[in-house]
Amino acid sequence: MFIATESIPSSFRGFTLIMPAISVGNVGQLATDLIISTLGMPRVGYIYTDCLIPMAGNNPYPTCADDAAELSTNAEVYCLPGVKLAVLQIRAPFVQRKSKKFRKLIVSWIKSTGFDRTVVLSSSHAYQRDDQQLLGTPLRYLLSPVLEQEAGTQLNSLEWKAMERVSAFPGISDSEKRLYIPGGGITKGLYTDGCSEGIKMAVLLIFCSEGDNIPDAFALVNYLNDWLHLVDKPSQMSTQWRVPGSWKLLFGSGIPPAIF
Amino acid sequence: MQMATFFGEVLSVYSRAVEEDEEDDHENEEDQQIRSEIDEKRKVHVEWCSEVKNELATSAENALHCSDLVVAVGPNAAGFLSAYILSSVSWSPVGSMSIWNERNPGSGAMLQSESSCVFYRQKDSPSVLICQCTCYIAEDQLLQWAESVFACIEKRGLNVTVLSDCSLAEFKTTESMSSTTPFLRALKTSLYRSQISCPLLEQPNIVTGLAAAVLSYCQVHQIPAVLYQCYSDLITPDSVTMETYKPAFLNLSRLIKLDANPNVDVLQKLIRISDAQSNMYT
Repeated sequence: MFIATESIPSSFRGFTLIMPAISVGNVGQLATDLIISTLGMPRVGYIYTDCLIPMAGNNPYPTCADDAAELSTNAEVYCLPGVKLAVLQIRAPFVQRKSKKFRKLIVSWIKSTGFDRTVVLSSSHAYQRDDQQLLGTPLRYLLSPVLEQEAGTQLNSLEWKAMERVSAFPGISDSEKRLYIPGGGITKGLYTDGCSEGIKMAVLLIFCSEGDNIPDAFALVNYLNDWLHLVDKPSQMSTQWRVPGSWKLLFGSGIPPAIF
Repeated sequence: MQMATFFGEVLSVYSRAVEEDEEDDHENEEDQQIRSEIDEKRKVHVEWCSEVKNELATSAENALHCSDLVVAVGPNAAGFLSAYILSSVSWSPVGSMSIWNERNPGSGAMLQSESSCVFYRQKDSPSVLICQCTCYIAEDQLLQWAESVFACIEKRGLNVTVLSDCSLAEFKTTESMSSTTPFLRALKTSLYRSQISCPLLEQPNIVTGLAAAVLSYCQVHQIPAVLYQCYSDLITPDSVTMETYKPAFLNLSRLIKLDANPNVDVLQKLIRISDAQSNMYT
């Protein structure tokens, strides 16, 4: 599953892993791009799996002509050992009926590698919010029980809102409450697996709709930064995130002049 | 989202919106059996001729020693190889893969001539293996394809060249490319050191399909590989697009003899396939 680029791979024991869930608007993936690009994280390995559709391209985070030609695949791991941070980026959709297998592979990799905690960046359909959720911030979090003990107080002091449970049968108020993350892809499954396997896992998500999701990505990454302080935030100013070169022409080429 | 019937027809419907996991746990035993039969039918493997089978059986690593593997994906790439290289008598087919999926239902037993992917080799220079692939390979079969082929080839000393067709509509750029079409763009793995005969694929463009599967496999397994993707604004095979691949063979010229002019009979046959059989004017 994980194949290191170096012959002697670095250890991830005790590191924080940040990974996206493929979800509405691809917000988790966009936010992950911002983290890798801004921190200038070098690639340390690939996730080689038949669960993702193959794709290849040149380096999405070029800094100069020399590194622009580095080939990039559909799932790669980046690392900054100095701050004990590892980031997994996923660039392709799941092969049909393989999302569950991928979830299990990831959970198993997280456990065997010994990451201290895992943060999943995700999103959920804005149109599925109930009346309460329509008010206030669109950002939510979830913590697995093990991480709740460690980080729960800190997130409370940041006045973050936990993802609400919804009734299994809307409209019937005394029906059982369950977690529901529509448009979140494998988020709920990953979180549930994380809880049952005793993994320290946090989910950070934003309610959004399909469209230009770059502002949502910035909102999510700033939310994460308020907690983990990955990038310095000068007071009274917004954090400077570096937009990667691969974000050009997100909505296709320009208008061909020949049509006029 | 997936529209599926369990009678051999599976339609994938894509949208950017992502549904929560669809659990397969509610499938009954009969559905599971049908699904596993379909999965078995979809498996991809190479059928080698008896000569190559013997070579594999007698080699220490159960693998062929090749210096170069050339893979052509799409009708123009395959047509280029047919017209400029394979029309010479020294090349003969040595293996094939028949690929079954929703777009290639085919018949049960496929003859080599109907096969979707064919491997060729020269008798007097067996270190170069060429593969033409003109059929649709489903997303779940792409990596399987790469793994079944590379399982039969010794990775040490191997170089891979991939030729792949692509529509100009997929090329994202701020400039107008209509005057320069068809044109080549390249991608290479970290270990590929030879000269590239065209510009590298600019951001934000990416490659998908079999070309991406082969290139990803080579990158992860540290095999020097280069992909030449040809962007064309025509949807049918044509001789101009085929000729565009010529520069891709500069590095292989000492191993593979490229005919200066294409074999006209082969070209005509390839291009005529896409002619309308009849219309109200003829």
